[in-house]
Amino acid sequence: MTHILLDAAGFQERLNWLAHQIAQRNVNGADVLIVGIQLGGVHLAQRLASKLSALWNRSVPYGVLDVSMHRDDLGNRATPLMRPTEIPGDLTGKTILLTDDVIFSGRTTRAALDALNDFGRPKCIQLAVMVDRGHRELPITPDFVGLPVETRVDQRVEVLFVEEAGRDEIQLV
Amino acid sequence: MPHSWTRQHLLDLQSLSADELVVLLDTARHFKQVGERSIKKVPALRGKTIVNLFVEPSTRTRISFELAGLRLSADIINFSAESSSFKKGESLKDTALNLEALNADFIVIRHGASGAPHFLSRFLKAHVVNAGDGAHEHPTQGLLDAFTIREKKGRIEGLNVTILGDILYSRVARSNIWALQKLGANVTLCGPPSLVPKIFEEIGCRVVWNMEEALRDADVINLLRIQHERQRATMFPSIGEYAGLFGLNQSRRHLVKPDALIMHPGPINRGVEIDNTFADGAQSVILQQVTNGLAIRMAVLFLLGGGRREEIAAAV
Repeated sequence: MTHILLDAAGFQERLNWLAHQIAQRNVNGADVLIVGIQLGGVHLAQRLASKLSALWNRSVPYGVLDVSMHRDDLGNRATPLMRPTEIPGDLTGKTILLTDDVIFSGRTTRAALDALNDFGRPKCIQLAVMVDRGHRELPITPDFVGLPVETRVDQRVEVLFVEEAGRDEIQLV
Repeated sequence: MPHSWTRQHLLDLQSLSADELVVLLDTARHFKQVGERSIKKVPALRGKTIVNLFVEPSTRTRISFELAGLRLSADIINFSAESSSFKKGESLKDTALNLEALNADFIVIRHGASGAPHFLSRFLKAHVVNAGDGAHEHPTQGLLDAFTIREKKGRIEGLNVTILGDILYSRVARSNIWALQKLGANVTLCGPPSLVPKIFEEIGCRVVWNMEEALRDADVINLLRIQHERQRATMFPSIGEYAGLFGLNQSRRHLVKPDALIMHPGPINRGVEIDNTFADGAQSVILQQVTNGLAIRMAVLFLLGGGRREEIAAAV
């Protein structure tokens, strides 16, 4: 059974709230680079980049990161097909805002932290997610959460973005 | 397009679908980028063991697989025929079982007998990768050639690819033919009739025996080495005559399209199948093939390293 957690209006409101939280913590955002984790984090990275560009009145760069090569569970599942990794420039000294649609076990985030290491040594890394659905298996906590949701392990959270699904929506399946 | 890779072994290209070939080529593109970073290593196969079982000598393919494994953080050991128990009479099966008993996760095999990798795949739990078996196939070479063509030309479909030289004994030619045909290229084979029999027409290739026809419309010219080690003296009179009739040299420059790619799997015999002006010229992508080979082999090891379908089903 599909339960809609957020409709388009609610989605927009949480996204704005997320952007404001990020802007408050990183006052002028001069050294911020957004990196979206493939696949779900990419749309969030784009949306936050445009909202933060407006808040900071400057263009905020963003990149995308595929973490398949850095996962610790390659042998436990069929090899996923890879998506592009495009990181603009060296990350050394930058503040990285890592984005993903949903945080669950935390293993994707861990893989992303490892992958980012290969591109330099950032000054700090912050994590923004649209949904935190709990059940962490690693000591990883996001800095910014759009929507915390109580879930059972066997449920699934789907974050739909207008760019791909035609509407913004968050579902619990 | 499939969403994941499910094969356990890479034994040949003949049995792969066009979609699977595209997955391999796309994955290799991502690994090529890794090779261009300052940190060229990823942890994907950390803790895995790869055995290079090279029963037939090879330097470049072995080194390429070795470096591919290292860049994926695997442990690699090399097992070569000269220094091994084959000399003491151990069978291939026993050798492979011994290597598996050491918990090898991948066995990369080069063997003089066609079908040796298929044979191993029947009883090994480890992933088997064919690094060249007799005159049968050399799948990673076929893939890296396809990758290089796609990278340089932007596509494979509709291109005219001429493979020139010793086709009969060439596993490189066979793997190229399967990959290129599945991806929509028109393949022409050319060389002396004794090494390029008409029978290849049965698998959809054009067979021609003169260079003018072979070169005129070619978008890609892939030159193969004359394999002295597999050759019998009766196949053609002399190297000199071969160079005169089928060598790619200045006298044939006017037959070659100015944007045709010149490829060669190496090692090249300068002055025989190719002269310096072509080997070192602007159209040559011979060294880029070597770079791309590394990316292809990383992609192959990575994709095979995923879980098997039945194991995954059991774990869920």
